[in-house]
Amino acid sequence: MGALLQSWAGQVLNGLVLGNVYALMAAGLALVFGAARLVNFAQGSVYMAGSYAAWFLIARLGWPLWAALPGAAIAGAALGLAIEALAVRPYRRSGGVAPLLATIGAGMMLDGLAEVLFTPTPRSFPNLPFTARYSLGPVSIGGLDLLILCATALCALGLLAFLKLTRAGRGLRAAAQDLEAALQMGVRAESSGAAAFAIASALGALAGALVGLYYNFISPSVGFQAGLKGFTACVLGGLGGIGASMAGGLVLGLGESLGVALFGSSYRGLVSYGLLLAILFLRPEGLFGRRGRGVALSGGREIGLGSFLPLRGAWRPSKPLAAALALAALALPLANPGPYVLQVLAGAWISALFALSLSFVAGGPGIMSLGHAGLMAIGAYASGLLTLKAGWPFVPAFLSAGLIAAVLGAAIAFPALRLKGHYIAIAMLGLGEIVNQVILNWDSLTQGALGLAGIPAPRLLALEITSAGGFYYLSLAVLGAGFAALAAALRSPLGRTLRALREDETAAVSLGIGARSYKTLAFAIGAFFAGLAGALTAHLYTYVSHETFGSSYSILGVTMAILGGLGNLWGALLGALSLSALPELLRFAQGGRGIVYGAILLLALRFRPQGLLGSE
Amino acid sequence: MPLLECVGLSRSFGGLRALRDVDLSVEVGEVVGLIGPNGAGKTTLLNLVSGLDRSDSGSILFRGEELSRSGPERRAALGLARTFQSGRTFLNLSVRDNVLLGAHARRAASRSGAARWAIELAEALLRPASLRAEEERLEAEAAELLGGFGERLAPRAADKAYVLSYANRRRLEIARALASRPALLLLDEPTAGMNPSETLETLEYLRALKARGQAMLVIEHKLPLVLGISDKLVAMDEGRKIAEGGPDEVIRDQRVVEAFLGKASPKAGPEAGHMGPASEED
Repeated sequence: MGALLQSWAGQVLNGLVLGNVYALMAAGLALVFGAARLVNFAQGSVYMAGSYAAWFLIARLGWPLWAALPGAAIAGAALGLAIEALAVRPYRRSGGVAPLLATIGAGMMLDGLAEVLFTPTPRSFPNLPFTARYSLGPVSIGGLDLLILCATALCALGLLAFLKLTRAGRGLRAAAQDLEAALQMGVRAESSGAAAFAIASALGALAGALVGLYYNFISPSVGFQAGLKGFTACVLGGLGGIGASMAGGLVLGLGESLGVALFGSSYRGLVSYGLLLAILFLRPEGLFGRRGRGVALSGGREIGLGSFLPLRGAWRPSKPLAAALALAALALPLANPGPYVLQVLAGAWISALFALSLSFVAGGPGIMSLGHAGLMAIGAYASGLLTLKAGWPFVPAFLSAGLIAAVLGAAIAFPALRLKGHYIAIAMLGLGEIVNQVILNWDSLTQGALGLAGIPAPRLLALEITSAGGFYYLSLAVLGAGFAALAAALRSPLGRTLRALREDETAAVSLGIGARSYKTLAFAIGAFFAGLAGALTAHLYTYVSHETFGSSYSILGVTMAILGGLGNLWGALLGALSLSALPELLRFAQGGRGIVYGAILLLALRFRPQGLLGSE
Repeated sequence: MPLLECVGLSRSFGGLRALRDVDLSVEVGEVVGLIGPNGAGKTTLLNLVSGLDRSDSGSILFRGEELSRSGPERRAALGLARTFQSGRTFLNLSVRDNVLLGAHARRAASRSGAARWAIELAEALLRPASLRAEEERLEAEAAELLGGFGERLAPRAADKAYVLSYANRRRLEIARALASRPALLLLDEPTAGMNPSETLETLEYLRALKARGQAMLVIEHKLPLVLGISDKLVAMDEGRKIAEGGPDEVIRDQRVVEAFLGKASPKAGPEAGHMGPASEED
């Protein structure tokens, strides 16, 4: 009994500590959202950079902790100013989801840069300070716990004082309440945006440094999860309110620790993303937000794709050229390029199918599906499990994988498709993540963290496909079928209806078009082909795990679709080939790749938002 | 039985009572003009009828069916269609596609109940003969509707809607609404932003529609237009209905004159041509 109480008290303390850190992240996100109406997807990467800054100052330069923590915060602020100047301000006028995607690009570049500078291997602090523990009744509290609680409380007080007492702070609060009115009253959008980014990034970097110390674990890949935790805290509290977001951080920290105490530590992610989706679906205005101000569901300034994409000049090859390109793809293995090139190209065809699916849901009904890789994971596990465990032959298992991805994808997206603007972007991101968390935790079905190994080779009747050439043709055939189906759907009356929803949902609804039903149908169609792409990947590599289709793969797919031109299927092919096969064949280092992908996303959004081949 | 009968409609936004206990009816083939100063609640009323917004209380009976809790889908299927004050066309779609979308609720797939998702999917992938025939029929209808505006829209049928002038976008919106063959057409300031000659042309067009028996509920600030087509006028102010009846009677009503012009200027007649500014945000 005493041990149980102790472990619970320990979890509550742990929840408070992490909750305070989430509160810092959330305060930063809320500040930026208030000042610029932008969900800053780079915040997680700034957090990661903050942990490296602290590590570098302490481990390499030998700074004492009391100097290194402010140092990390200052480095974070500088980084925030740079992100604002390079990835936010130039995209102000683009409207719609462009600035949001630009911050994703900036985050990718930062993550890649950290990998290049510090290698992907996690780091730890050489002489961890504050390792002493003190007993407080049933609770044993560590020096680091105390440090984090004090530091975060100090930051929160400082932030509140700044917001209440200074002119700049009042301007930020005014902007958070009513941006237009604040601008008319003389709050300067640019300087208040920059100030918000600097403060938010300082807080984010400090949060990263503190958590790095807490777990003594510094890695370039922690940013995404940290950012998503921050969004979760923000949405839990009510997007936009600074105090509410910080309260949301505490609720998230305590809720997570409670979940861990009840179910075990691997459930941490599942609990927090479950909370995220639950709050988005049930009470999108947040626990502390006012009901009926309906920003999440309608009204306000909706951000959709229609307003952002200059849908001009979609290029499509003439029929002879299209036939020639298809023939070239069919004839390529005859030139005997070797199994490596064929395998890379087979992977590229699968990526292209994924990009087509994304381009269809974005270019049709205008859903920016930021967690699309989760659908691939569903397809991969479905086909893998049906062949491995249920002993199904390849063809029915493969087709069922598409259907399962379509049905499950539609079922989990249906509640999200009611949301609008930033909320749907966050929900989609959360959907992709929660699929992988469920896979990780549903041991009895998915073998959890082990993943599925030994997935059998595809067999068509008597023909077993094991060679690289065989895989090349199989994935090319599936890609061709997917292309034909999606192109037909876009040309049909259904495609017309979907585009109307993208262009002006209110007008479409007034014509009797059921917005959510049609979006769900389009999402299911896209999910079917994403599921097939996942199944192909599973059989190609014979192994799949909950990490195979992570968020970075989703973002890569979005980049491919945008680079080619949303809604333009030929563009999606070109985007996928340029971003998947080329870097592989040119043998970029992994980190270098992140920098290149992020830069391509930023440049495409800035200079050619309609994509290389134009959108339609 | 009236075509549309609204009883006791109320709607508040936070503390603002945009609509208070309003009754309104439209008969088959009748044209009702809805007038009132900015913020009177006219567009709120139109939003409630078309289903873009829900009333706090009151009932909306359309062709005998209670609609106040039904979604826009059901209302469109029953024969309600509307245009928007700000002119909301699908800019990146062709002019023809805009009109075809107006016929969405009439397509066989839309009328197939729960089976319609399977039908939509099968049609999209297989393009069966039945779909081709339906599309041909709807395209012919669309061409006719576009032709109704003379040379304004028909030659641009294949162009994207964004090439159209503002006035032509408003015309396209009317054509799109008519493609649903509505029993009642709801027009929210159909001539907002049009110059006098374009306004006159639109008046002629709406008169011809009326002559064919089209029932309409029209919000309009330009008095000559609203007087030129309305069988009945309903005047609103501060969310309430303040007068209803024949057009001549309503515009001479003391409360209406006061609501529009304020009590200080009894001499300026509503014959000035404009009541209030040409556009309104409510």
